[in-house]
Amino acid sequence: MDKIENKILLHKIFHIEGGNFTNAGFISDQVKKILKEAGFSNKVIRRISIATFEAEMNVICYADRGDLSLFITPGFLKIVVEDEGKGISDINLAMSEGYSTADEKIRELGFGAGMGLPNIRKNADEMTLTSQFRQGTHLEFIIYLHRQETQLPFE
Amino acid sequence: MTLKEVKELLSAEVVAGHNDLQTEVKCAFAAELLSDVLALAQEGALLITGFTHPQVIYAADAADLCAILFVRGKRPHKETLELALQKQIPLLTTPYMMFETCGLLFQYGLGACAIKFENGQD
Repeated sequence: MDKIENKILLHKIFHIEGGNFTNAGFISDQVKKILKEAGFSNKVIRRISIATFEAEMNVICYADRGDLSLFITPGFLKIVVEDEGKGISDINLAMSEGYSTADEKIRELGFGAGMGLPNIRKNADEMTLTSQFRQGTHLEFIIYLHRQETQLPFE
Repeated sequence: MTLKEVKELLSAEVVAGHNDLQTEVKCAFAAELLSDVLALAQEGALLITGFTHPQVIYAADAADLCAILFVRGKRPHKETLELALQKQIPLLTTPYMMFETCGLLFQYGLGACAIKFENGQD
C-alpha cells in the first residue's frame, strides 16, 4: 500500500459507555451518517455499519467503557475499538459462532447470540482482535475500498 | 409484493411510513434476535419480528432493510417510533402470530432472504 492510500483524511473518536443500553446503536448510526455524507457506496456503508454496530454492542455489553475510532483514507476505512473492562479470556472461543457469555439483560435486547465477532470478521476484509484478560480488548477492522468485487455470501 | 399488499393480507396497521406503501418488498426475514438480523438478513428485506426496542430500527437501518412488521399486535416503544420516523423506515403491526404471518406471506409468494444453513452451521 503506498503513502497516498494510507493518508488519513478523517479521524473521529466516539466514546462508548459500557452497560448503557439506552442509546445502543447510536454510534454506529453516527458512523453511517458520516460515510453517507462522504459519498461511499451503499455496499461499503452496509458492511461498515453492521460491523460497527456489532463492535459498539460488544463494548456496551461486556466492557466498562471504550473508544471507537473511525479512520477514512483514500484506500480503506478502518474502525478501531479500544475498551477497558473484563477482556476476553479465550479469543478463539469468542470467535466461534454461537459462543456467548451474555447475560439476561443482553439477550432481552436481542443480542448475545454469539454471532457478533464472527459477523464482524465476515463483513471486514481484515480484522485483528487482542485482549488482556481483566483489562480490556483491542479490536480493529478494515474494509478496502478497491476490493468491492469480493462479495458477501448474501449479496 | 408491495407494503400495501402486506398490509391487506395481514390486516396490518401502518404505524409509520403511510406514504411508503408502494415500496416493493422483495423478500422477508423473521427473527427475534438482532444478532441474527445483522448476520443474516439481506438488503431490502422486510423484517418480521416481535422485537420493539429502538435497537431494531438501528439494526434495520444498518442492514438496509425496507420495513419492519411487528407480529402479535405488538406496538413499537415511543423512542422506536421516533427513530423510525427519523430514519424513514416504515413500521406495520399485525395481530397474527409469527408463524401465521410468515406462512401467509410465504403462501402469497414472498420468498426468504437468508441463505439456508446445513446442520445449523454457516
